[in-house]
Amino acid sequence: MNSNIRRAIGAAVVGALGVATLAACGGSGSDASDSKTVTLVSHDSFNASKPVLDDFTKKTGYKVRVVKSGDAGAAVNQAILSKSHPQGDVFFGVDNTLLSRALDNGLFTPYEAKGLDRVPRDLQLDAAKHRATPVDTGDICVNYDRAYFKDHKLAPPRSFDDLVKPEYKNLLVTENVATSSPGLAFQLGTVAKYGADGWQKYWQRLKDNGVEVVDGWEQAYNQRFSGSAAGKKAKGDKPLVVSYASSPPAEVLDAKPQPQEGPTGVATGTCFRQIEFAGLLSGAKNTEGGKALLDFLVSKEFQEDMPLQMFVKPANQDAKLPEVFTKYGAKIPDPETLAPEQIAKNREQWVKSWSSLLLK
Amino acid sequence: MVVAPPEVEPPGHAPDGPGARRAADRRAAARGIASRLALMAVPFAFFAVFFAYPVAAIVARGLKDGGRWQFGRMGEVLGDPHIGHVLWFTTWQAAASTALTLALALPGAYVFARFDFPGKQVLRAVVTVPFVLPTVVAGSAFLALLGRGGLLDELWGVRLDTTVWAILLAHVFFNYAVVVRTVGGLWAQLDPRQEEAARVLGAGRFAAWRRVTLPALAPAVAAAALMVFLFTFTSFGVIQILGGPRYATLEVEIYQQTAQLLNLPTAAVLSIVQLLAVCVLLAVHAWTVRRRESTLRLVDAARTAHRPRGAGQWALLAGVLTCVTLLILLPLAVLVQRSFDGPDGYGPVFYRALQSAADNGGTFVVAPLEAIGNSLSYGLAATAIAVVIGGLAAAALTLRGGAKGGAKGGARGAGRLVRGFDALLMLPLGTSAVTVGFGFLITLDKPPLDLRDSWILVPLAQALVGVPFVVRTMLPVLRAVDVRLREAAAVLGASPLRAWREVDLPLVGRALAVAAGFAFAVSLGEFGATVFIARPESPTLPVAVARLLGRPGELNYGQAMALSTMLMLVCAVALLALERVRTDRSGEF
Repeated sequence: MNSNIRRAIGAAVVGALGVATLAACGGSGSDASDSKTVTLVSHDSFNASKPVLDDFTKKTGYKVRVVKSGDAGAAVNQAILSKSHPQGDVFFGVDNTLLSRALDNGLFTPYEAKGLDRVPRDLQLDAAKHRATPVDTGDICVNYDRAYFKDHKLAPPRSFDDLVKPEYKNLLVTENVATSSPGLAFQLGTVAKYGADGWQKYWQRLKDNGVEVVDGWEQAYNQRFSGSAAGKKAKGDKPLVVSYASSPPAEVLDAKPQPQEGPTGVATGTCFRQIEFAGLLSGAKNTEGGKALLDFLVSKEFQEDMPLQMFVKPANQDAKLPEVFTKYGAKIPDPETLAPEQIAKNREQWVKSWSSLLLK
Repeated sequence: MVVAPPEVEPPGHAPDGPGARRAADRRAAARGIASRLALMAVPFAFFAVFFAYPVAAIVARGLKDGGRWQFGRMGEVLGDPHIGHVLWFTTWQAAASTALTLALALPGAYVFARFDFPGKQVLRAVVTVPFVLPTVVAGSAFLALLGRGGLLDELWGVRLDTTVWAILLAHVFFNYAVVVRTVGGLWAQLDPRQEEAARVLGAGRFAAWRRVTLPALAPAVAAAALMVFLFTFTSFGVIQILGGPRYATLEVEIYQQTAQLLNLPTAAVLSIVQLLAVCVLLAVHAWTVRRRESTLRLVDAARTAHRPRGAGQWALLAGVLTCVTLLILLPLAVLVQRSFDGPDGYGPVFYRALQSAADNGGTFVVAPLEAIGNSLSYGLAATAIAVVIGGLAAAALTLRGGAKGGAKGGARGAGRLVRGFDALLMLPLGTSAVTVGFGFLITLDKPPLDLRDSWILVPLAQALVGVPFVVRTMLPVLRAVDVRLREAAAVLGASPLRAWREVDLPLVGRALAVAAGFAFAVSLGEFGATVFIARPESPTLPVAVARLLGRPGELNYGQAMALSTMLMLVCAVALLALERVRTDRSGEF
């Protein structure tokens, strides 16, 4: 009997070893250490078309492996937590609201990408040290449903000040500042516009004017906004939504035939500028490959592919925007901005006061 | 009551006098404990490496500052009235969701266990489908029904979004199958003759049910309630989408502190609070069911089911089917409808788009067939791991470690050990996915455990959630197996392994299939941890859906719906196949 028990246990142990071996094999099967592979760590929205990446491989000999992990905030935080054993060579996708956190934690090693001279100076927020390379910009603005305003014979709002006017009462839906990055950007825009002392008064007026807060961009844009295709289907009831300046072109991208005018527009005086950066990770295994990839990220080829892949605008001023952007997108002459250090210092406090003002 | 545990001495013990007998008992007890420990070793190691270590590491990272522990943080965080509010809401909504789910799903469990009706197998697979749906997707289906402009709104002007009711109903939607499968699995195998005997002896229908069937089912009901509670206690997506920003659970708060604010100290304190709350709950659960589990008379499930008889049974069946239709089929139907509702009327536009988008490349889009393949292979690996680990654990928990005779002290110690082990296995269900995901990231990054880039990490994380289901479904059935059957086999010369194979396995085969189905469904639908560790070139279906939903444009939204519909189909087909395997084997009974 004893020996039988031992046999049973033996079988169990063998089974467990099998699982462990499987795990070990899986581990060694990774191609991360290959010097001909360069690994790009990014957030879930990163995308590039295959021919463009293949072209990079043809030119430099490096294959690109992409690791995506969660939304922008989660991806940056993961990169910071794992910086002693980074998951790759280059990180793309830290924006100006998170830049200070990344730099203060020593996430990046300085490298001045070739072609950086074609990127406007005002985007180079780390120009002294070149730890972070600007790759793209995107504006967070209020979008409006053209049909609604036409039907109601009302001019769509154009500025932050307009949004608190009585004719726009109960029309705007925005996102929770604590959980959504467009929500946060919109709030930062109001801080930039009305100052660290004035923004709360502005939000109190927005609240009195019936602003609706939902948790995430998907709900706001795809469920509540009456102008988007998905929102129309979901019988969205809000003709104003906090979204991206690139949302109107995205709305018509798949429409056949393309309409004269997109169904949605942008209130150009309600914008906050996001700049996304990339950098060479400290402790990168393939430094040379990483540098080549950074050069590539600001090159004209990648920059011209990017708008339709990620709905952002190129940082390189030589890169031409696709026609759908120029035709249906709006020019944002003067977006709001804030210094990354100021955001890093006050962010938590601002989110807290915003929450107690709007959600209680 | 009627089903009393066997108190008779097993026939294998030869009474040679009190002294010799005590010595033999002691030896048997020691042997029992030894083999129990051996069986526990593998699951224990699994949990130590893939759960305890990562979670402890991320919590320690938060609480340690410059090499010193900062326990002062605890009071600071807990003193915050906002956190108190969150904790209270988390607890009561979970309790209410659990009660509502039990109330609506227990009749369902009965109907699925005892009645034969056409389409039963398909329906049983379909009620499990919500389980695998990403919460974002199911949430938007619920909004379409309960929200503004939804069905309720149009019919009666009732809107439930941003109310607690929407949250509770969605929790029922997601967890209905937990009750139907866990309780129904045992119910189908209970011998109906016992209840019939009680009725013959004069008990009313309700009294017979309450005094015969309910006590027998209690462990399974408690197990189901526990799992539903843990799931809703850590609810995340449902709360965000249906509750709006005014409702937050601990899980939401931990996610925010970790993933958004990188405020690890606060996240660590909250994770500890969550773990403690779950531990208290597990202790209460263990305390209430400890004396209830008993040997039952199990019979072939196929023999207990019959066509409904009489108006009462037909009414019950109709009631359950209505409830399933309204709560589960309707939201699922909305998703399917939206997946076909293209820009120019109904058609398979979005399905075609999925295919063509995959053809012209990009690192974003993955061919739907490929995502299905990924999901299936991850799911199979996770199921295999969960069944091996969970099966070993359940076996260890049922082994009788000589609870009689002279070895009482040792047995009590072993009992405590077993209960602690039992609780440990449930902990992952009550732990925040972001804590586990970030814990993986900082611990499994160096040899010998450099698994961050490995495909195995995904099934491992998914198995972590699957194991509790395997243990909870198998345990009531394994414990219900009459020990005398095993002993009789031993007396007839069978080895323990053979006795297990010939006695236990056929009896628990059904439970094993149910457990495997659960583990598979859990891994198909797991999102919270997978999103952090899935490799982008091989996303699972839920990860691909979430990526599509995060982009503007009608085509992306429609493709997300189409992919969700495919996920539902894959799940339903896989579960049906599992059920087939079970019925084919039932000849062994």
